[in-house]
Amino acid sequence: MQLICLNPNDNVAVALCDLKAGQKATLTDGRKLTVLEDTGFGHKVAVSAIAQGEKVLKYGLPIGSATRNIVAGEHVHVQNMKSDYIWRPDR
Amino acid sequence: MTGYIRKDKRKGIRNVIAVAYLVECAHHVAEQIVRQTDSEALPVHLIGFGGCAPNAYAQRMMERLCTHPNVGGVVIVSLGCENFLRDQLLEVVKASGREAALIVIQEDGGTHASISRGVEAVKAMTPAVQAVPKVELHWQELCIGTVCGGSDACSGITANPAVGRTFDQLVDAGATCIFEEPGELIGCEAMLRERGITADVGQQLYECIHKADIYYKKMGHDSFSQGNAEGGLTTIEEKSLGSYAKSGSRDINGLIRPGEIPVTLGREGGLYMMDVVPDGEARWGFPNVSDTAEIVEMMASGCHMVLYTTGRGSVAGSAIAPVIKVCSNPITYERLNEDMDLNAGRIISKGATIGEISVELLHLIEQVAEGQMTKSEALGHREFFLGYKEFCRK
Repeated sequence: MQLICLNPNDNVAVALCDLKAGQKATLTDGRKLTVLEDTGFGHKVAVSAIAQGEKVLKYGLPIGSATRNIVAGEHVHVQNMKSDYIWRPDR
Repeated sequence: MTGYIRKDKRKGIRNVIAVAYLVECAHHVAEQIVRQTDSEALPVHLIGFGGCAPNAYAQRMMERLCTHPNVGGVVIVSLGCENFLRDQLLEVVKASGREAALIVIQEDGGTHASISRGVEAVKAMTPAVQAVPKVELHWQELCIGTVCGGSDACSGITANPAVGRTFDQLVDAGATCIFEEPGELIGCEAMLRERGITADVGQQLYECIHKADIYYKKMGHDSFSQGNAEGGLTTIEEKSLGSYAKSGSRDINGLIRPGEIPVTLGREGGLYMMDVVPDGEARWGFPNVSDTAEIVEMMASGCHMVLYTTGRGSVAGSAIAPVIKVCSNPITYERLNEDMDLNAGRIISKGATIGEISVELLHLIEQVAEGQMTKSEALGHREFFLGYKEFCRK
């Protein structure tokens, strides 16, 4: 296993080692995924297509949203996703 | 499982005598009492508060720690002129049915006489403490805390999610679980609010993160760094989720302050979050100066043991309650093998699943509750730290 999916609902997996573009990496559930870009240890790879504006899910929870369409195998980071975090103190 | 039944009906997984100093000036005398009495047959642990000025938080913490389920007797060591309410502490310990003795150095004649009196006090209460019976202990009677320290890029993908999965299993079995550190959960407040068992609890969780955000900013502590991004983290909510993963996925029954015993403890259990950030103006410095201070607060709220996730590799243990080290990084595990109880890094190095590690951890918790020593216990680690704080609500 080179890519860990922390929750079955996640659309990204985390690299457990440095991955090279074109490498076929094994996912937690045994599936193979071709990594499209060099991706460092601890970084995220899309395991399914993520449309622009769609939530990026890790731990089964949203960690932000895609800023453009992302295809499976792409490195998911600051270049194609953003934080949705806005502090809203409602008191 | 079996536990030591105290007269206040709480059950402990260890049976220790605590020697508690009430000001730094009494530290040496207390430490000598421990050195002369500690044994394998009856461990004697050193705890204490260093401050001289009065502090309601420290008073409450010491009262809770001295009546912790793992403690069978207490020898209180006072210098004599410190502001700590020593008679109140003595009364609280006595009222709990535990053995209690008070040494006042200024009245007992100085260092040697006080050490002798303390040693005699430990010896005098030893038979009664050793005679505390063991009875059946159920998951519903166990309280387990979790903290992280020395986190690295592995923590959020191995040890923390594994602890979260174990917390789910513990909560389902009826145990009480406590997680903490609102300062490491900034960005998770909306999710926490959703998990509150009532809308009111959800709102308390939400506001507690807000308070932490303000407090830490005043301390000059920023939440997201360039190093985080280089390590693969993209957003603040993602970073906080690494720590949040320890909390598992169950409903959160309530927000507690350090030393507050979860109200359902001993009956139905459940998951609680601890608010470690003082109320009011930021005037007490960092909420917790070290991981040890966090463990002490967990114990004060009744935790029998603490699950400690680490990537870089802490070696710390604790007085009173066992600490289980869950190592997130396989390389750290190899290097610090003698200090680590469980290698969650196998998720990275050996393809183990989060589920497998969580089940191993649950078994380990059961064995430690049964009396098996953790690595830090066997190595003699008994770290302890208690500082100043202030909370509006007790």
